[in-house]
Amino acid sequence: MRLRCPICGERDHREFYYQGSAVKMDRPDPDANAAAWDDYVYLRDNQPGLLEELWSHDAGCGAWLKVTRDTTTHAVLATALAKEERP
Amino acid sequence: MRVDGKGIVDKSVPVSFTFDGTTYRGFAGDTLASALLANDIRLVARSFKYHRPRGILTAGSEEPNALVTIGQGAATDPNVRATVQELYEGLSARSQNAWPSLAFDVMAVNDLAAPFLGAGFYYKTFMWPRAFWEKLYEPVIRRAAGLGGLSGEADADHYEKAYAFCDLLVVGAGPAGLMAALVAARSGADVIIADEDSIMGGRLNAETEQVNGQDGHLWAAEMVAALGAMDNVRLMTRTTVTGAYDGGTFGALERVSHHVKAVPRGGVKETFWRIVARRSVLAAGALERHIAFQNNDRPGIMAAGAVRAYLNRWGVSPGKSVTVFANNDDAHRTAVDLQAAGVHIAGVADSRQDAKPLGDYQLYAGAMVTGTQGRRGLETISIKTARGTERVSTDCLAVSGGWNPTVHLTCHMNGRPAWSPEIASFVPSAGAIPGLLAAGACNGAFSTAECLAEGAKAAHDSLEALGIAGAEYELPQADHATYALEPLWAVPGRGRAWLDFQNDVSVKDVKQAAIENFTSVEHMKRYTTQGMATDQGKNSNVTALAVLSDATGRGIPETGTTTFRPPYTPVALAALGAGAQGKGFAPERLTTSHAQSVAAGAPMIEAGQWYRPSYFPIDGEQTWRQSCDREVEYVRNAVGVCDVSTLGKIDIQGPDAARFLDFVYTNTFSTLKQGRVRYGLMLREDGFVMDDGTTARLGPNHYVMTTTTAAAGEVMRHLEFAAQVLRPEWNVRIMSVTEQWAQFAVAGPRSRDLLLGVLDAPIDNESWPFMSCGAVSLKGVLGRLFRISFSGEHAYELAVPSRYGAALFSLLVARAEAMAGGAYGMEALNVLRIEKGFITHAEIHGRVTAGDIGMDRMVSSKKDCIGKVMAARAGLVDEEREQLVGLKPVGPVKQLTAGAHIYSDGKDPVSAHDQGYVTSVGFSPTLGHFIGLGFVREGLSRHGEVLRMTDHLRGIDTQVELCNPVFFDPEGGRTRG
Repeated sequence: MRLRCPICGERDHREFYYQGSAVKMDRPDPDANAAAWDDYVYLRDNQPGLLEELWSHDAGCGAWLKVTRDTTTHAVLATALAKEERP
Repeated sequence: MRVDGKGIVDKSVPVSFTFDGTTYRGFAGDTLASALLANDIRLVARSFKYHRPRGILTAGSEEPNALVTIGQGAATDPNVRATVQELYEGLSARSQNAWPSLAFDVMAVNDLAAPFLGAGFYYKTFMWPRAFWEKLYEPVIRRAAGLGGLSGEADADHYEKAYAFCDLLVVGAGPAGLMAALVAARSGADVIIADEDSIMGGRLNAETEQVNGQDGHLWAAEMVAALGAMDNVRLMTRTTVTGAYDGGTFGALERVSHHVKAVPRGGVKETFWRIVARRSVLAAGALERHIAFQNNDRPGIMAAGAVRAYLNRWGVSPGKSVTVFANNDDAHRTAVDLQAAGVHIAGVADSRQDAKPLGDYQLYAGAMVTGTQGRRGLETISIKTARGTERVSTDCLAVSGGWNPTVHLTCHMNGRPAWSPEIASFVPSAGAIPGLLAAGACNGAFSTAECLAEGAKAAHDSLEALGIAGAEYELPQADHATYALEPLWAVPGRGRAWLDFQNDVSVKDVKQAAIENFTSVEHMKRYTTQGMATDQGKNSNVTALAVLSDATGRGIPETGTTTFRPPYTPVALAALGAGAQGKGFAPERLTTSHAQSVAAGAPMIEAGQWYRPSYFPIDGEQTWRQSCDREVEYVRNAVGVCDVSTLGKIDIQGPDAARFLDFVYTNTFSTLKQGRVRYGLMLREDGFVMDDGTTARLGPNHYVMTTTTAAAGEVMRHLEFAAQVLRPEWNVRIMSVTEQWAQFAVAGPRSRDLLLGVLDAPIDNESWPFMSCGAVSLKGVLGRLFRISFSGEHAYELAVPSRYGAALFSLLVARAEAMAGGAYGMEALNVLRIEKGFITHAEIHGRVTAGDIGMDRMVSSKKDCIGKVMAARAGLVDEEREQLVGLKPVGPVKQLTAGAHIYSDGKDPVSAHDQGYVTSVGFSPTLGHFIGLGFVREGLSRHGEVLRMTDHLRGIDTQVELCNPVFFDPEGGRTRG
C-alpha cells in the first residue's frame, strides 16, 4: 500500500505507523460527560468501507496524517496533515 | 532427439552437464529439460505419493513433474523445475524422491497399495492404536512422500531486495506484452517489462508463425532490441511477477545467477523486487491443460504446446513417432510442425466429430485415448473411435485439452475470474486489480493478431488514464489461427486418470470427495490435495473443477474456483528476507562507549535495539553477582560511572513549550525555574501511566525531556500527536536528540570530586544543588550537567555532543578508578534503583495508575492534562487496587524472583488466594539480602504484613514481608549531600 505524505510525497506504507480511527483527533472538553470520554478513548464503529484514520510518518518527517481509506479495498482516497484537518 | 534445421539454440556452443551422475551434452540456450529430451531421457522423476515414473510434461514454470536438485552442500537447490533451469557448463542435476534409483524405486510399491491411499486416506486409515500415528505412521508416510531435501547448511549465497517505480508495468513479454511496452515506451512513459523466461518473445519463440513477414522470434528480438535502446524502458528477463498488492505494488523475483555455475563474486543469486506501477498490463499468456484418461501420466505424454516449443525453440523432438490427442485446432499445429521437420506422426486423435486435418497425417475424428501402455515410458496408446479400439505405437503423445488464461495475478486482491463458455475457461474480471488491464492470451484472446491488438489497446488505455498522449502505432501483420475448442475434461472408463500430477490426485479422488459431500471446491481441494503442491495445480485445477461440477451436477461457473494467492511461482524465503539475515535482522544501536565496554569484557545485553553492558568483570570474579555487588559498592562508597545515553532525549522549544509540558505531564512544568530539573509523570489518555523521566529547563522557551529507554519512540510519537493534532495552535517544536548527546551518570559520594577534576570551572553544593542543571565546559567542549540521581546518591549526569562520548567515558572511568570506583553496568544500576524504590517499565507496565505507584499527588488539580479525566474513573482510584510495595524474604528460602505471585500466607498458592505479584528483584549488597518490588492488593496500608511468594515456573516458595519500597536512605539525605 502507498500513502501520499503531504510533506514527503508518496511512500510505502512501511514508513508509517498506524494509529486507528481519526476519532482521536476530536478530544472532548475536560468537563464533558463520561459517555463522551468513553466514546473518544474506547468506542469505535468498526464498519467496513470508508474510514478516516490517523497515520504517523514515523520513518519520514514525523507528521501525523489524516487518511481516508476504504477498508474493504485498501484504496486510499485522501491524505492530509492532521493539524490542518481539525474538527 | 535433436532435429536438424530447427531451434534457436546456439549449436556452435556445446555444453556438458550431468544428470544422476551421467554426463550428457546440450547447447547454449537449452534448458535442462530440452537437453534431457535431446538425449532421449524421458524418465526424470517419481511422483510424490505413489512414486509413479514421470517425465517432462511442459516447457515452462508450470511444470509439475520434472523437479530436480541442483548443486551440492550449502548451495543445494531442491525442487528446481528442469523446464526453467537454463543449461550451463558443468551443471549437475539429481533426481528426487526415488531410492535406490530413478529407474528402480522401492517405494513404487505404494502404487500397488493405492486402493488404501486414496483421497483423505490419512483421515481414515492408520487410526489405531492412537499412539502409533505420531510415533510410526506419520514418520513413515512423511519419509515415503516427498520432494527434494534441504542441505541443512546455511545458504552462503547473497540475496537482495530492490525497489523500482514506473508509469507502466508490463507482465509478460509475448506478443501482447511486447506490443504494450512498445506503444507505451514510444509515447514517452516509463516502462518496465518483466518476463520469467531468459529471452523475451513468449510463444513467438515456440511457434513457426510469421509477424510482419518475418519469423515471429526474429520480430520479437527486433522489438526487444528497440525497447532496450530506449532510456525510459527497463527490460527484466528471468523475472517472475509473483504477486499483485495494494496501491499498484507488485512483487517480482529475479533469478540473477541460476543460469551460471556459481554466483559471481559480489553478485547475488536472486533479487526480490517491489515494483510500484501507476498502471499495469497483464500479458501473462495461457497454460495448456491436460485431458484425464487412464494412465495419462506416463513419461512421453506431454502438453501439445510444449512438444511444439521443444521442436521450434530448442530443435528437439521428444519422440520419434509422435501422436496427438486434442479437442481443439491449436494442437494440430504440433503435428504440422513436427511433420514439416521430418518427424513421423503416428496419428492424431481428436474428440471432435467434425475435426479436420491441417496436414497430411492420419486423423481419428470423434476419438478418445482410453489408455496407455509402456514400462517407465510410453510405448503404445489405445485410441477408441466408433469403429472400435486401435492400439497405436508411439513414444510421445502430445495432449491438449485447451488453454487456460493465466489469470492468477488478477485474483490476488480477492478478484474472482469469470467463466468464458467460448474458450471453456476462466478469464480475468475487469477491475480485479485497480489500474491493471489484461491483454492477449491471459484475457482469452489466443491468436497472435488478437494478442498484438489487445496489447496495443491496453497500453493506449493505460496511458490515457495517466494523461499521457499515446503515440500513433500500426499493428503488425500476424496470424489469426482458429481454436474451435469443444470441451473434453475426462475420458470415461476404468482405471486411474490423473489430474494433479504433483500430488497424485486422480478423477476418482475428486469423485470420492463429492460422494463424501466435500462438494465445495475449497473442501474438495483440501480433501484431495488437488492443486496444493508446489505448482499450485497450474495445469490441472480447471480440469478438476470440471470433474467436480460433473460429479455434483452443477455447472462450472456455479462450482467456482479456488483462491489464487501469491506467489505465482515458489519464492525462496532467502529472497523474501534478503538483507534480514544475521546483523540485518534488527538494527543495532550502539552507544559511544560500546567499544570500551566490549574491550573491558562486559557482556552486552539488549535494551530494545540498544546494547548495554551488564557488568564489568575484573580478575578473580567467578560470577556476575560478584561484579554487580562490587559495582553497587562503588556507587554507595566512592563513585561509579555509567553510560545512560540510551534514555530518550527530546528537545522541546517554543513560546508554548511550558504549557505544552503542562498538558502532557500530570505535574506542572511552567513553574519550573530556568536551570532546574523536575521529575515528571506522563499518562496515556486512558488514565494509565505511560512513562516517567526528568525534564530540565535550559531557557525560558527551551526544555530537554528524558524518557525511559524502552518508551523513547512511543513518547516521541505521543508528543508529536499532542502538538500536531490536539494543540496545533500552540507554537512548540519537538525534536529527538537521543543520538546527538552522549550522557553519563557520575554517581556516589565522591562524584563531585571527580567532576572537579574534569570541568573547566568548579562547582559546589550552592551553585549546583540537587535538581539543578546548566551548561558546563570540559576543556573547551560545551556540555550539559544535570544534578539528578537514579541511585539515591549524590550524583550527576554529564552530557556532551556524541563525538566526544568515547573520550569522555574513558576519562571518567579512569578518574573513578583512581578514586576507588569505576564503571558500572545494568545489573548494578538495577540493584541501586530497587534499593531506592525507583520504578522502571517493570513497574509501569501499562496497567498501573499514578495512585498504584504512590504518585497520585503528582496529578495536578489546577490544570488539564492528557489522561487526567480517565484517571479519575471509579475503577482507577479504587482503594482495593494493587499498590506498589517493597518485598523482603522472611521465610526459609531467602530468594525472590520477578514474575512470582504473592498469596495469602498459609493458603494454597492458587488464583483464588492471589494477592499480587513481584515485578523487580535484586540482591542488595548494601542490606545483605534480596529485595524486591511488586504490587499487592491495598499494599500501601499493609507494610509489615507477611505473605506467601510462590514462583510456579521456577518452583520457588517462600514468605515475604511487605515494606516501604524505599529500602535505603528513605529521607534522601545522601542525594542532597
